[in-house]
Order: sequence, then structure tokens, then C-alpha cells
Amino acid sequence: MTATAISLRGLSKHYDQVRAVDELDLDIADGEFFSMLGPSGSGKTTVLRLIAGFEEPTAGTIVLGEDDVTRRPPFARDVNTVFQDYAIFPHMSVLENVEYGLRVKKVGRAERRTRAEEALATVRLESYAARRPHQLSGGQRQRVALARALVNRPKVLLLDEPLGALDLKLRREMQIELKEIQREVGITFVFVTHDQEEALTMSDRVAVFNEGRIEQLATPVELYERPASAFVAGFVGTSNLFRGEAARELVGAEGAFVIRPEKVRLDAEAPADTSGLCVAPGVVREVVYLGSTTSTVVALDAGPTVTVSHPNTDTSIDAALERRDQRVVLTWRRDHLVSLEEETA
Amino acid sequence: MLSHGLRRSLTAVTAVVLVIVYIPLALVLLNSFNTDNTFGWPPPGLTLHWWHVAWESQGARDALWTSVRVALAATALALVLGTLAAMGLRRTRFFGRNVVSLLIILPIALPGVVTGLAFQNGFRTILGIDLSLWTIVIAHATFCIVTVFNNVQARFQRLGGNFEQASMDLGAGRWTTFRLVTFPMLRSALLAGALLSFGLSFDEIVVTTFTASPQDQTLPIWIFQNLFRPNQAPIVNVVAAVLVIFSAIPIYLAQRLSGASTEGLTGAR
Repeated sequence: MTATAISLRGLSKHYDQVRAVDELDLDIADGEFFSMLGPSGSGKTTVLRLIAGFEEPTAGTIVLGEDDVTRRPPFARDVNTVFQDYAIFPHMSVLENVEYGLRVKKVGRAERRTRAEEALATVRLESYAARRPHQLSGGQRQRVALARALVNRPKVLLLDEPLGALDLKLRREMQIELKEIQREVGITFVFVTHDQEEALTMSDRVAVFNEGRIEQLATPVELYERPASAFVAGFVGTSNLFRGEAARELVGAEGAFVIRPEKVRLDAEAPADTSGLCVAPGVVREVVYLGSTTSTVVALDAGPTVTVSHPNTDTSIDAALERRDQRVVLTWRRDHLVSLEEETA
Repeated sequence: MLSHGLRRSLTAVTAVVLVIVYIPLALVLLNSFNTDNTFGWPPPGLTLHWWHVAWESQGARDALWTSVRVALAATALALVLGTLAAMGLRRTRFFGRNVVSLLIILPIALPGVVTGLAFQNGFRTILGIDLSLWTIVIAHATFCIVTVFNNVQARFQRLGGNFEQASMDLGAGRWTTFRLVTFPMLRSALLAGALLSFGLSFDEIVVTTFTASPQDQTLPIWIFQNLFRPNQAPIVNVVAAVLVIFSAIPIYLAQRLSGASTEGLTGAR
């Protein structure tokens, strides 16, 4: 077991009647890339702000390494934050921004300069030291914010949806780069996002938040392959959910079950050998062409609507579109079904 | 988009308004150089004589000095209190916050006669203080605060709160954060507020009339008292011209400043 970077115990934050964070217990390991994923209002950003010290918890403790920092102000905690809007000081140059943390900690001028330049090199902005913030693009500002935080070599780096303001292409590039930088500097990253793809791409572990609580805490693979609840299954990727009557008819069992769209086969007729398969006839309602894949929405005779996703390896879009309103048969392997641990009402 | 005809008529109206406002002012300036001390039109000749006489007039010089001191002191007071008020109202959300905000802004809209009377009554009857330079300063500060408060509050609103959080996150304490982040970002707003405040105080007459002792004559009061003495009329013209210049320069600078800083800051976001 590696050392613990952050340890939250019974952490709560209530605003009047709203429980933004509700009795949270969480351990984040040293050097981990940890993501907090959830819809807006799920409490993930509040947890980040509690760790940074911008909010005071209603109850619970925050331990950073060995130190209980629960009641300490932000400037007395060994964490740094990359803000969603970057918060680059507009009246300072890029270099002055990056030097800021060292300057207020009274680090000598020469060392300050060297370390700031190193940090700028880490984010590949060496040649931008003298620029003013308003001369930078969104992606460059994001890097400055990162360098400004990293230069302090904090125990933990907190990132509040740092890629949210970037366009898709840049976001994908930064995802890979962030992961590389994290590996390089070996600092624990706590990353807040509402983008499931982002969380799956970068993280060692992901905590899925819903209504102030963690719904599931797992590796990206586990999260996708074995979602613990209908909420996680729905939030991380697309999934088809069967419960109640539909579950009994389609799966032949009580409970709630999930099947991912890419695990479902779509044919004109049922295959000859159906051992180990679930078979469900239905009518194609919609065909959506997505470039690399095609999504087909099928209304099953058993009731639920199922989304099927197929790579466009050897299907043509014209053939796929012709299926609209046709009768089809869906099949999937029984062992691809994920059974959700749900309260059986 | 404005139609061509509408734009023309708007231009014409604007021109007429500006002419109506500025012709009399220009006349005052011109008459301060008029050789004829009954201001005959057209001026028979131009002279610097009245400017010289005005400069030699001890009363006018004292009044100028008094006005400058009052305006500077009121502005200094307004800067400190206005900034603190804006910071206080921003950081905390409490019941009645908007009421407090309104109460701070209100003095600029209150009739000067009412404010002046209230202050005179407050100082002399209730507190038992003799009127002095400082009673003028305090009375002026009540409406000077508004310009600082408004400017600082607008700046805070545009900046948002993340810069200070970022500073504290990077290890700076509250005072360091104010010194290195908050204050530099407020600087141009403070300067604009201060210049406007100076301009407001410098030419104020109504409130001043009620809160000044007979010894502390500000420039506007001096003008008012000398206006109807026939032999002083040319000097009054000179002093009025000086007053216009003293008031116009800060306003002009304040306007340029807030224009320039808007550009710089929005570009930085």
C-alpha cells in the first residue's frame, strides 16, 4: 500500500438545506491521477474547494499527508489549484505569474527564476515568459495556470475542470499532455470533470459523484465494464437498462441489468444457435450516423428501447438507413450483461 | 442601425446642446481677457491684466488653496472608506446588503440644501462642534465616497473573486494578496474614482455654504460673494475660468483612464 496523499473522513458541506457534500470518506494515494466525475451540482467541485481551503466543511476532517488541514486557510495548505477560468493575474507577465508562489514564499530571486523557467519548459511555454496574459490563447493560458501551480511542487495539485474552456481538438491533446506531465512530476492530481471520456482517458481511479455522495469509486475499466448502479451506467458511456417486467422477459431473472450498445448484435433474423444468448425482436426506430460508428435505436417488443452501436467497418450508411422501420432481432451474450446491485422494490 | 436622416437630426441636436452648454463658458473665459471691465461686446481689446490682478488678490488665492485642501482631504477620506465599503459588501452576503449599498450611494442624489442643513445641525447643535475646514471635508466626503465606491465595486464585479483565491492558494496571506493582486487590479479604478471625487468637491457650493466657517472660503463661495461687487467682476471671471480648468482636467483624465483600463482588463480575461 502506497502512502496516502489526501484522506477525507466524514466530510460534509451543507448550504442551508442543501447537502452539497454528504459524509464523504475518501483516500487518495500518493502519485495517483484521481478524477472526480459527476453532473453539475453533484458536489465534486465543492470537495475540491474544501480540500483547497476555499470552503469550510460543516463536519469532518481533511488530512493532507500527515497534517490535519481542516481548519487551515488556503495559504497554509500544501496544495495548489488550477482554476476553471485559470485566474491568471492580468497585471503580471507570464513569468511573474509563474514566479508568484515562490515570490510570496520568499524564495530568492535567482532560484525563483530558474524554477519558473523549468516549470514553463514543462508546459512547453519557454519562449512566452515575457508575454502578458491577454496576448495568450486559451490553451496557452491553461498551461500558464498549470506551470504557476506546478512550480510550487505541491503535495497535491487540484484541477477544476481545467479543459472545459478549450475546443475539442485542443482538449484531447491536453488530456494526453496532462497525463504525461503528471507522470513526469509524480505529483498527486485531483481532477474534477463532468466529461466521462476525459475521466476515463486520464485517470488511475475515478469517483463518480451524485447528490453529494460517491456512487462508485473504481478504475476506468471497472467503471465502464461493471457499473455499480443505474446512475453510473447511465453517466459513464451509454447503456441499456432492463428492470422489472422487461428484465424478467429478456434476461429471465429478477433485478436490474445493463448491456452496453457495442455488445449487442443486430440481425434480420435470429441466429440458429442461441445458447448463452439473449434474443430480443423489435423494430428499428432511428439510425444515427456518427462517422466511425452507427447508432441504431430499436424498440423491443418486450417494451424497452435499446441503443445498438456498431463500427462502420463494412457497413454502408445507405444500407443502415434502409433498416429504418424494419423488423430486426437483437442478440447479446448473457455474460456481457451487468447485474446492478439495486434495492428490489 | 440608425437611418441616415435620424442620424443627421441626432447630430444636429447634439451640436445645439453642446453649443448652448459651452458658449457661456467660452464667454467667461474670453471676458477674463476683455480690456473693458463692463464686458462690452465685441471686446475692444485683449489683456492679461485681470489674470495678474486675480493672482495678486489674497482672497482669491486663499480660496483656491482652501478648495484644493478640502478636495484633497475629502478625496483621501473617500478613497479609504469607499474601498473598504466596496470590499466589505463584496466579501459578505448578509441580510440588508442592498440597503447598505443604497445608503452609501444615496448622498450623491440628495439635494445639497438638505445635506448641508442636516450637517450644520448635526455638527453645531447635536455634536457641538464649531464649523471649520474639517466639517467641510466630512460633508464633502459623504458624496465623494460614492464615486470611489461605484468605481471599485464595478471593477470587483468585472474581475470576479478568483484572482484573490488564486493568490491565497499560491501561499500569499491576506495582506500580501491585497498588496500584490487586489490593489494593482484596483489601481486605475481608484484613480478614476479619486479624480471624479476631487472634481465633485472642488466646485461644490451648496453643502459647503452650510458647513464652512466664515474664515474658510472655498473658491466657489468666494466667487459667489464677489459676483455682485462691480469692481471685482473681472477677477471673478478669471477665477471662474480657473475653476473650470481645475474641474475639467480630473474629469477628462478619469474618463480616459476608465476607457483605457476597460480595454486592458477585458483583453486579459
